Amino acid sequence: MDKFRMIFQFLQSNQESFMNGICGIMALASAQMYSAFDFNCPCLPHYNLAYGLGILLVPPFILFLLGFVLNNNVSMLAEEWRRPRGQRGKDPAVLRYMFCSMAQRAMIAPVVWVSVTLLDGKCITCAFCTSVPVETLGNASHPGFSQGEMKRVLARIPCKDIYDGQELIANEVAVRYLRCISQALGWCFVLLMTTLAFLVRSLRPCFTQAAFLKSRYWSHYIDIERKLFDETCAEHARSFAKVCIQQFFEGMSTDLAAARCHPPRKAPADAGEAAEKLLGITDQGTMNTALKSWHRCKPPLHLHPPALPSSNGWAGKEQSPTHTPVPRREMAAYCSQV
Amino acid sequence: MDRFRMIFQYFQSNSESVMNGICGLLALASVKIYTCFEFSCPCLPRYNMAYGLGIMFVPPVALFLCGLILNRQSLVMLEEWRRPQGCRKKDLAVIRYMCSSIMQRALVAPAIWIIVTLLDGKCLICAFSGSVDPEKFVGFANTSPVQVQQLLAKVPCKDDELMRNNTSRKAVSRYLRCWSQALGWSILLILIVAAFLTRWLRPCFNQATLLQARHWSNYIDIEQKIFEETCCEHSRLFAHKCILHFFKSMQQEIKLHSFSLPREGEKAEGEEDLLQGITDQDQMNKLLKMWYYEKPPLDIS
Repeated sequence: MDKFRMIFQFLQSNQESFMNGICGIMALASAQMYSAFDFNCPCLPHYNLAYGLGILLVPPFILFLLGFVLNNNVSMLAEEWRRPRGQRGKDPAVLRYMFCSMAQRAMIAPVVWVSVTLLDGKCITCAFCTSVPVETLGNASHPGFSQGEMKRVLARIPCKDIYDGQELIANEVAVRYLRCISQALGWCFVLLMTTLAFLVRSLRPCFTQAAFLKSRYWSHYIDIERKLFDETCAEHARSFAKVCIQQFFEGMSTDLAAARCHPPRKAPADAGEAAEKLLGITDQGTMNTALKSWHRCKPPLHLHPPALPSSNGWAGKEQSPTHTPVPRREMAAYCSQV
Repeated sequence: MDRFRMIFQYFQSNSESVMNGICGLLALASVKIYTCFEFSCPCLPRYNMAYGLGIMFVPPVALFLCGLILNRQSLVMLEEWRRPQGCRKKDLAVIRYMCSSIMQRALVAPAIWIIVTLLDGKCLICAFSGSVDPEKFVGFANTSPVQVQQLLAKVPCKDDELMRNNTSRKAVSRYLRCWSQALGWSILLILIVAAFLTRWLRPCFNQATLLQARHWSNYIDIEQKIFEETCCEHSRLFAHKCILHFFKSMQQEIKLHSFSLPREGEKAEGEEDLLQGITDQDQMNKLLKMWYYEKPPLDIS
């Protein structure tokens, strides 16, 4: 456990290495998913193409969307995009920066899937086995095969155990040919992607460094501000709840005492902390009534104004109405009245 | 546990050792990818050469670019190269030093791929099986030229029906593998001798310049890291102040009941100092622009 914590700390301390770590993990996960997947070519003329290209292209699309879904910053981007202008201007450069960095990270798993698929070769072999050039690789002039028949025979190339066209074209020759094409495509794709990544990373300092520094700072600021705001609201909610409940208990104890025509018992000066914490409720009946009342009739979200801080515990506060023109979302959450 | 912590701290502290670590990881990844990759020679006359040489040279280019991308110092070097002069002179020796150290580290993984490929032999057998002299091998000596090309192209495929029991195939294969391994070991020897000579002879030339270049390249790297950390710290405090201001303007009496704000009120003066009087967007933007267009001189006397 300690080792994991230290690894996380190391990765988190340096933002760059954290991002590299995430990218590495996603790449490994994508490769692992491919190797765990059981590829099963249908070996039928029109189904092959659909299956092969489907396996090549649909999972990357899903992985790309998943990359966005799992990224916490997506909601931050959406919020910043849709918020009303208010007193703070909106900078489209910041939005673009946030979107680009999220898209770059989400692209890694799909690119790894497509590369691994092409380098493995099964998908392309399955999809394009009916397009093998029989004239150059086999005996096209072999009699007895119509066009449709030949396509059906060729479609069985990926399934070695049911392949019956050995005189037409040898299975190994066709598979080698298709796999060679697939691997060549795969390495070209890998080279293209790394070249693109290199260009994107290296052209930025040459052209837009000042704008980049600005966008990076403000996107980080928006992220931190949102987190700090959530923390402050959570602390506030805690205090609010504490005072609300305290006032409820005190109110309950005073009501019950009044109903029994006893004056509210003042805690003796030297009663100690425990007696104070009892909040005036000291027997089973009172406690049961308090619990029933809490369930049936919760107190309003409205704390009483503060009196002098005294020992009978009537500390409270009042919410002043809000005037400042701030984003409506925060106002509504703040002044919620149940 | 303590040992791990020390290792991690060592790697974090020194950016050069981070780069060495990444270089090592990429070299290991290179070997792993080669062993996982299923080499499958097409065994067709013109395709063999293209496939064999492609597998030998295209992945190293991709690995080289990866090595450049993953190395943080390449960005630092590019920024230093392209920044406007401003108040701080640019030292080309520093930029050259950084460039050479980045290149050396990025070339390790491609070199390892090429060497492993040559020592394994499959690529060269696939690429050059059609180029051997058929007269040297008994099984191919008395066939027509077209057929000889077809047969030689099928040498890399052991399981092909024509080649399965052909002893001449094994002879050609051994011959090519021998050349391939000789080439691989020679390249390895040359690279190691070159690295050895570079490290040994470097102190004989311009040691003082080298020390200076190394120091200032390290400085530029650290300065950028600290700038980023300071910006992070500043944005955190900025956000904190902004939120406090927001809350204060909404509610006056929140201070009576919140646990944390009174504490932060006491720390407010310390934070004012850290914010350096920068409290709005325009001032921050101006600061960032100034940092880029006119870096301060290296003089803090």
